[in-house]
Amino acid sequence: MRQTIVRNVAELPTYGYGPRSGPWWGAMGFMALEGMGFAIAIGAYLYLYAVNPNWPIGAAPPDLWPGTAETIVYLLSIIPNEMTKSAAHRQDLAKVRAGLIAMSLIGIGLLVLRGFEFAHLNTRWDNSAYGSIVWLILGLHTTHLATDVGDTIVLAVLMFTRHAKPRRFSDVTDNVFYWNFVVLAWLPLYVLLDWVPRL
Amino acid sequence: MPVRMRTALVPFAALPLVACAGQQSALDPQGLQSTQILNILFIFLGVAAIVWIAAMIVLAVGMLRRNRTADQPLALHQPFERTAGRVVFILGLATLVIVLGLSIVSYAGQRTVFAKDEHALTLKIIGHQWWWEIRYEDDSPDKSFVTANEIRIPTGQPVKVELESADVIHSFWVPSLTGKMDLITGQKNELQFTAKTAGVYRGQCAEFCGLQHAHMAFAVLALSPDEFGRWRDNENRSANSPTDQLGKQGEQQFRARGCALCHTVRGTLAGGQLGPDLTHIGSRTTVAAGTLPLTPAALGAWIADPQHVKPGNLMPKMPLQSNELIAILHYLEQLK
Amino acid sequence: MTVMAEERELRDDALNGLELSTRLDRIWRTPPGLLGALMSVDHKVVGRRYIVTAFTFLLLGGILAILMRIQLAGPEKTFLSADKYNQIFTMHGSTMMFLFAVPVMEAFAVYLVPLMVGTRSIAFPRLNAFSYWMFLFGGCFLWISFALNVGPDVGWFAYVPLSSLQYTPTKRPDVWAQMITFTEVAALAVAVEIVVTVFKLRAPGMTLDRIPLFVWAMLVTSFLVMFAMPSIMVASTSLILDRLVSTRFYDSSSGGHPLLWQHLFWFFGHPEVYIIFIPGTGMVSAILATFARRPVIGYPVVILSLIATGFLSFGLWVHHMFVTGLPQLGAGLFTASSMLIAVPSGLQIFCWLATLWDGRPVYRTPLLFVVGFIVIFVLGGLSGVMVASVPIDTQVHDTYFVVAHFHYVLIGGAVFPLIGAVYYWFPKITGRMLSERLGRWNFWLAFVGFNVAFFPMHILGLIGMPRRVYTYTPEMDWAHLNLLSSAGAAIFAISFALLLVNVLMSLRAGTLAGDNPWDASTLEWATSSPPPPQNFDRIPVVKHRDPLWLDSASLPVVAGLSVERREVLLTSLAEAEPQIREASPEPSIWPLLTAIATTVFFIGSIFTPWAVLWGTPPMAVTLIGWFWPGGSKEDEQ
Repeated sequence: MRQTIVRNVAELPTYGYGPRSGPWWGAMGFMALEGMGFAIAIGAYLYLYAVNPNWPIGAAPPDLWPGTAETIVYLLSIIPNEMTKSAAHRQDLAKVRAGLIAMSLIGIGLLVLRGFEFAHLNTRWDNSAYGSIVWLILGLHTTHLATDVGDTIVLAVLMFTRHAKPRRFSDVTDNVFYWNFVVLAWLPLYVLLDWVPRL
Repeated sequence: MPVRMRTALVPFAALPLVACAGQQSALDPQGLQSTQILNILFIFLGVAAIVWIAAMIVLAVGMLRRNRTADQPLALHQPFERTAGRVVFILGLATLVIVLGLSIVSYAGQRTVFAKDEHALTLKIIGHQWWWEIRYEDDSPDKSFVTANEIRIPTGQPVKVELESADVIHSFWVPSLTGKMDLITGQKNELQFTAKTAGVYRGQCAEFCGLQHAHMAFAVLALSPDEFGRWRDNENRSANSPTDQLGKQGEQQFRARGCALCHTVRGTLAGGQLGPDLTHIGSRTTVAAGTLPLTPAALGAWIADPQHVKPGNLMPKMPLQSNELIAILHYLEQLK
Repeated sequence: MTVMAEERELRDDALNGLELSTRLDRIWRTPPGLLGALMSVDHKVVGRRYIVTAFTFLLLGGILAILMRIQLAGPEKTFLSADKYNQIFTMHGSTMMFLFAVPVMEAFAVYLVPLMVGTRSIAFPRLNAFSYWMFLFGGCFLWISFALNVGPDVGWFAYVPLSSLQYTPTKRPDVWAQMITFTEVAALAVAVEIVVTVFKLRAPGMTLDRIPLFVWAMLVTSFLVMFAMPSIMVASTSLILDRLVSTRFYDSSSGGHPLLWQHLFWFFGHPEVYIIFIPGTGMVSAILATFARRPVIGYPVVILSLIATGFLSFGLWVHHMFVTGLPQLGAGLFTASSMLIAVPSGLQIFCWLATLWDGRPVYRTPLLFVVGFIVIFVLGGLSGVMVASVPIDTQVHDTYFVVAHFHYVLIGGAVFPLIGAVYYWFPKITGRMLSERLGRWNFWLAFVGFNVAFFPMHILGLIGMPRRVYTYTPEMDWAHLNLLSSAGAAIFAISFALLLVNVLMSLRAGTLAGDNPWDASTLEWATSSPPPPQNFDRIPVVKHRDPLWLDSASLPVVAGLSVERREVLLTSLAEAEPQIREASPEPSIWPLLTAIATTVFFIGSIFTPWAVLWGTPPMAVTLIGWFWPGGSKEDEQ
């Protein structure tokens, strides 16, 4: 088939940020399906809550302080997270490095807090269906938290190597984006796990 | 001993594994509910047939006619495109109207089929892998009794069955009388139906429940109210004591050989809870949950080697000598 | 990145003809040798493997079906034991649903969507390779387990408590549940790739209303996968946890509930039906337009119907649970919502009928299968309206009526279009035509065999035959219809043997196809058959919904992409305006290594919870290897 060149795209950039880029949409897709996973887990919790006359089953509600402390840290972490994002948009390597290190430390801190939260759930996974669903939901979110912390650390290391090229800044913004998802996903879970059993 | 046992089995070897059938068909309704359901089914079937035939006619005509002459696929005739769009829209609307109409028919039918009658005869059915425990319950405990795999009901009277499971999920289904309902672990379901005519109606577990799901049938015997009353009075009684020597020997073997560990025969020392109640086994029509007809030969084959008849079921093969087997058989036959 | 470096790079506006093709071929081709094959990230290579693997599972699942039909051909046959039969029907359902129907549709999408939207690669090609390996390993895991007599035997739905440790203390349900995890990971990955490919990699000018209907269908399907499959993953994970570490999700004595499983399973399981059916509709639309020699009537209606079907499919899972003792009014509402899906399905059928009515149909094999599809699927849809009614369902639920119904819908609605699609796209994928003569035999045997096999099952169900029974007694009056059904199954099987023969013969000696043997209108026909590694020498520019019908002699294209490294053109979501020349990943062994690490993790974790501890580090290492920049040109922009 004969080809007629009707346009030249040579001047287009080779990377972009946000909805212009491919990976952003990929992250969006995974967030959508993971969000659905959380929604399903919440649905399972509410189903068990509805069919059981006593809730929580054979246990005290979780202690409030670890979840609450995490919630505060999560909400505050948005500030350095967004600062990292704007530094990445400006392609300010020094600030991006600082931001990624800060976010890695915050993430590790949250993982430690998460350990305390498991210890203060006041139930075991094999006590009752209540214990099972609580551990499942918290485990599910912990998987996301751990994955993103791992990703942040790898990215932080990467930015100290010769690979710290401009298109990596786009990866940094996607990581920032994903962290916001981890925070956003936590908020309904906090209400569900820590407050619904107190209703 | 194995040789002897095989000899004892010879009479049963040629036995075809057949059970008393009874009707089991949604197209042959003998109950109020199954009749109502079949009527709804026919309405749906009629609508479906008309729609399908109409679609096939359009398809056939569309394939046979040669209308367009234009060679270029994109040279479309605009007036036709507009008309086609309108026709598609109208047909879509018609589909909507039809399914809403059918939904209303269905819901109205559902309310009739599942209507509750307060004066129903109540019995409780507990599903086991792979048999049915049937409890006739009454306000006075001396009128309550337990049987298995065979339900007798009076014709013309609503019957309410309360459905529970002792292990996995089963489903209670007697298509000639009504639709099915699951027996779910940790949940109580119920179902009501009324038999219009006397007869034997076969039922079968309809939810996959493990290895021998295929052999979990039962029979519903719809009797005239008088006959039902007589049967019920008989079932209420404890077991007959064996009258002859062989029967007494059989009763003794029944306990000595471990049968009584799992089976109850009311009025005797046999009080096992794992297997079906055998107090009046002699009056039932099938054995092993509808797997075999209750004939001496079939019952003998079953006791001699339950794992051959229904592999994987909970009843173990007991090393019985032929005289022991004959004695036990004789005893059980007398439990009318 | 410096402007100078950019300018020194060679672009496709500086080259033409053979030189351009050769250069692009060199940078896009899969490396030679076994290692190269294992590293491939070419969507066509991966798509071909996906298709062949899925059809292999179809063959295996089909053999199981034949074994069941032999066992049921007469009463009290002893061809299969109860234990074998239960494994076989579970394996048949699981294989057909999870290893054939869903993957084969995604496989066609992996191969075709990038070509149809006019780009060089699928989005996230390494993820795509990973997805294939996960699918392959999951399928092999299931079938090797079956060969070792650890094949699942609790049904493809694995209802608790039958599948709980108490009632099935073997590893069989774990194998089933973990196979789900494998295939869902694979399916979810492909779904995200397809969505991003359709959103961002469309050729310039391919606005939303110019996207081919097959691509629309795969887009909707991908969203269904993304929103339905998390449910089964939560379900299968919690089942494994119940069995492995004594959680109590489904234990009714500790606050759990068996019906929670059914809700989770069917919230996935019903959309699953549409995940299989909607791609079939896309294939029908593509084939119909080509062979009716005109565009499908009501393009926007078809798209809106697809989207409506997608939404509605999440609102009717409860119709699988009508006999579990739900509140009556609730069940009645689900009757209405279930029947409502007949409206979008009906609209699509009306559009196709109108297209055929107005067209000048050319009756080649693909169109025959589409006509067969309409005949069978309409019937299956109507029996679907019947089972949606609560009272009717209480009689036909879990009987052979339902078996007949869903085979009419799934084989009629998805497999017939799929076989049509094989005849239609085989020339594009292999460069050779399938034999038309064998094709006609194939169609008629399939059509007759299918109906003889499955129509009698409607009646069997109504006269009382339940599903999933390994045998029945002679006096049940089911023998004749069962024998007839088995005979039909044999004919149906022969039709597939014929397809296999046709494929093998045509691969070697079929007529050469040329670029566009059917004079079709979409972009995959604008490149050679089979397409070169780079798909297109220059990215096409789309000015019409049917670009090759608008102008079959010349193709408007863009220039300016690199010929020194892998580059794809990203365009805007709605208007498909060029935005970015993005680097596309090179071949890599890491997706395979990651898949191996994940497989070890998954299989280990049905035996010990500690697999989570020792299984995670290898996965993390391989993932870092995957994403760590290799220092190549692609990575350093």
